[in-house]
Amino acid sequence: MKNMKIYVGIGIIAIAGFLLVAADHIDAPAVSGGTSDITDFYAFQAEDTDNVVFVANLQGLLAPGSTDAAAFDENVLIEFNIDTDQDNVEDMVIQAIPRDGKMYFFGPATPSNTGLNSTVLTSATQSSVDISTRTTPNMSENAGMKFFAGPRDDPFFMDFAQYSDIIAGNATGFNNPGSDTFAGTNVLSIVVEVPKAMVGGSGTVNTWVESKRKQ
Amino acid sequence: MKTINIKYLLMTCAIAALSFSCSNDDDYTPPNNGGGGGNGPDFSGVYAQQDQMGRPAVNTVFVSSDSKNMFNMTIPSQQNAGFQTMFQTNLEALSPAFANPGDMNALGQDSAAFSTLLATDVLNLSLDGTTTFYDGTNVLTGRALADDVITVELLLIFGGEDFSENPTLSNDNVDANDKPFLTSFPYLAAPW
Repeated sequence: MKNMKIYVGIGIIAIAGFLLVAADHIDAPAVSGGTSDITDFYAFQAEDTDNVVFVANLQGLLAPGSTDAAAFDENVLIEFNIDTDQDNVEDMVIQAIPRDGKMYFFGPATPSNTGLNSTVLTSATQSSVDISTRTTPNMSENAGMKFFAGPRDDPFFMDFAQYSDIIAGNATGFNNPGSDTFAGTNVLSIVVEVPKAMVGGSGTVNTWVESKRKQ
Repeated sequence: MKTINIKYLLMTCAIAALSFSCSNDDDYTPPNNGGGGGNGPDFSGVYAQQDQMGRPAVNTVFVSSDSKNMFNMTIPSQQNAGFQTMFQTNLEALSPAFANPGDMNALGQDSAAFSTLLATDVLNLSLDGTTTFYDGTNVLTGRALADDVITVELLLIFGGEDFSENPTLSNDNVDANDKPFLTSFPYLAAPW
């Protein structure tokens, strides 16, 4: 019984760390709340099952009233990484970077160098889409791919508030039903749909998303 | 603590959004698209990493707070060497479901195997069919919008061999988004 209490106590402290990161919202001090803060990453098969979809979300917890003021940062490059040979090193990237109301996309293409530093692959397939507003969505298609950039409802759901009550010692567990802390909030989303043939074709690939700031 | 955190976050987001949107276009030079020799937007320069993410939540939770920036700056191929031991230690300290030798989660992974899986923060994506974080049958073949990833992770951390342990900590009882997703591109629901 004593051990159990100790474990629960340790668990609550550890959950505190868990709570504060949610999915990847505000996960680390260097990026917390800034324009390079990735809140979430999704990768799934598209409606057209020959395609897959990559989603990067940024700048979470936008109230509807502050959503219009949120903007992608022209100094921040978003890079979807795709490892096709299971060594966890990117073999292809899809880059997204905004300029003057448009989101530009490059790739999928082999990066000029892997790792922490990137240059924009301006000789790769270039696509773009007008950045959407809260009330007017814009989409585009090019080279068999589809593109979107702009505010969306945050697709993440979790009882973050009850987690916080557990941390604070005000609760010992979750409520049933719980309450979605992210209900009614928006994020800035970048959505790309690409043919599977362009990102490995078949089998399993490893994927992740990065934000990189101009030096 | 909760209220302060959320208010602080909202305020930080609002200030960041406002300040960045104000400064965004100050140094922008419009592309000259009229006639020959026009220049497009300037994409020159080197971009250096600030944040990265593969799987939701489960990785960052196991990184001690003073290492979180370092984790974001460690490329996935080096994360296992740099962080697996930390993940295993933190997992065993975190969950009573991994407190005893031989304890496993419902995937049949002990703390070493589970932390090895988690330490390399990439999202596996199947190009051959169903893509889901976990749907009862398929495991880690992607992450769909509707996947209840937090409950899956809580169950794998706290739920023990058969998802029955620590029931009040292993499900947040929020099972779906507040708005239905779209069946077609761009799939995410319209903003509020």
